[in-house]
Amino acid sequence: MKVKVDPTMCMGHARCVSLAPALFESDELGNAVVIGDGSVNSKWEEAVKLAVANCPEYAISMIE
Amino acid sequence: MHESVDDWSGDYDIFDPKYIENPYPIWQELRVSCPVPHTQRWGGSHMTTTNEDTRKIAKMVDVFSSINPLVVSSDVPVTFDTDTYGVGAPPISTDPPQHGPARRLILPALSPQAVIGYRPFTEQICRSLVTEMGDASYADAAEQYAQQIPPRVIAHILGVDLDDADQFIAWVRDVLEQGKGDVSKRLDAGLAIRMYFAEQVKLKRQSLGSDMVSQILSGDLDGTPVTDPHAIATCVLLLIAGIDTTWSSIGSAIWHLATYPDDQARLRQNRDLLPVAIEEFLRAYSPVTMARLVLKPIRYNGVDFVPGDKLLLNFPAANRDPLAFEDPESVQIDRRDNRHIAFGIGIHRCAGSNLARMEMETSLRILLEMMPPFTLDPRRSVTWGGGQVRGPRNLPLRFSD
Repeated sequence: MKVKVDPTMCMGHARCVSLAPALFESDELGNAVVIGDGSVNSKWEEAVKLAVANCPEYAISMIE
Repeated sequence: MHESVDDWSGDYDIFDPKYIENPYPIWQELRVSCPVPHTQRWGGSHMTTTNEDTRKIAKMVDVFSSINPLVVSSDVPVTFDTDTYGVGAPPISTDPPQHGPARRLILPALSPQAVIGYRPFTEQICRSLVTEMGDASYADAAEQYAQQIPPRVIAHILGVDLDDADQFIAWVRDVLEQGKGDVSKRLDAGLAIRMYFAEQVKLKRQSLGSDMVSQILSGDLDGTPVTDPHAIATCVLLLIAGIDTTWSSIGSAIWHLATYPDDQARLRQNRDLLPVAIEEFLRAYSPVTMARLVLKPIRYNGVDFVPGDKLLLNFPAANRDPLAFEDPESVQIDRRDNRHIAFGIGIHRCAGSNLARMEMETSLRILLEMMPPFTLDPRRSVTWGGGQVRGPRNLPLRFSD
């Protein structure tokens, strides 16, 4: 499973960065970028689901 | 003299005392009966009440302009209350294409990683304020605590004298809480803020430091150097936007904890829950309503808008819409699925949201750490302010022995 941020939709709310800091970080402007290739190990699955469910802009998606 | 409201769908009043104190049942009814109500009061406006409408309209930036985001406009025919410099208060009062560069100028100093750097100062301020409040003969957590934090933090970030913080509070209240017709007070305060920052910009130009005003002055707008008028106008925004708003968020959260002792006890036992609880306080007690100005004729959800109409983006109501949140009227401090839009949505997402969250987290954590359990003090009244920014203006607390 991989996670992806749509940079055209992300507006820098940073909810994902605080909910799943192992997978998301903020760029200089505060917009979210995926760390590494976005692979989600089982340990972080729950956190990623929360990041998806809390993103105000619906900018995060998961690919199986 | 305030005229009471009989018809919320055609004659609402966001300054009505009943609305300020308890708007929730009014929104519940309007979402069903008239989701985009209208009023002639305060210069006339429509407002959103549903999550879907608020989201959609916030993103229609070519039709619903941000050039005057104040919910009550003065009669003076200039945008954003006598804009001295012709640039408003960028980026909050700008539309594309000017918006993007103006926003990118301020975002780096307000990113999550930058905000970590302001935490030690915020902690120090909160500790000293809690100590002072604890020593006072009675405690008003709005006036003595919540209200005091944001002006000092923004003074620290901007690199101006901390002793000016009390003056900031007075100016910002005159700008944002004016709603009962005293337009001259607002104009005077707006002018005073601009003059203050004109002086600061002049001083900083002579010797740039590491503060945010200096960062703005040495920054650029997509390659164009930042002019003094743009820098001054940006500072005006940074002052106005971060004080009443954050103060209200902190105050509402403390009001909740004082009113619901079980939630307070739970947070005292489990501090890790605080960030989750803060998102729920932001959802349930969202402080900020913003205005948009219609630029083009449009029919939306049964309403015919014409150029010049005002529309209020009611983020607080959007965050209690049952179509967007399960059991929205119940405040659940462990609510995990919480896609709230307290900081707005789209290109105008509050640029200070990371700072606001840090101030909320720090102030609540330190209050819970340093003070014993508290409730509302029944000997005095809680008062609420509302309109553009809603939150407790007096919050008397009683601490257990």
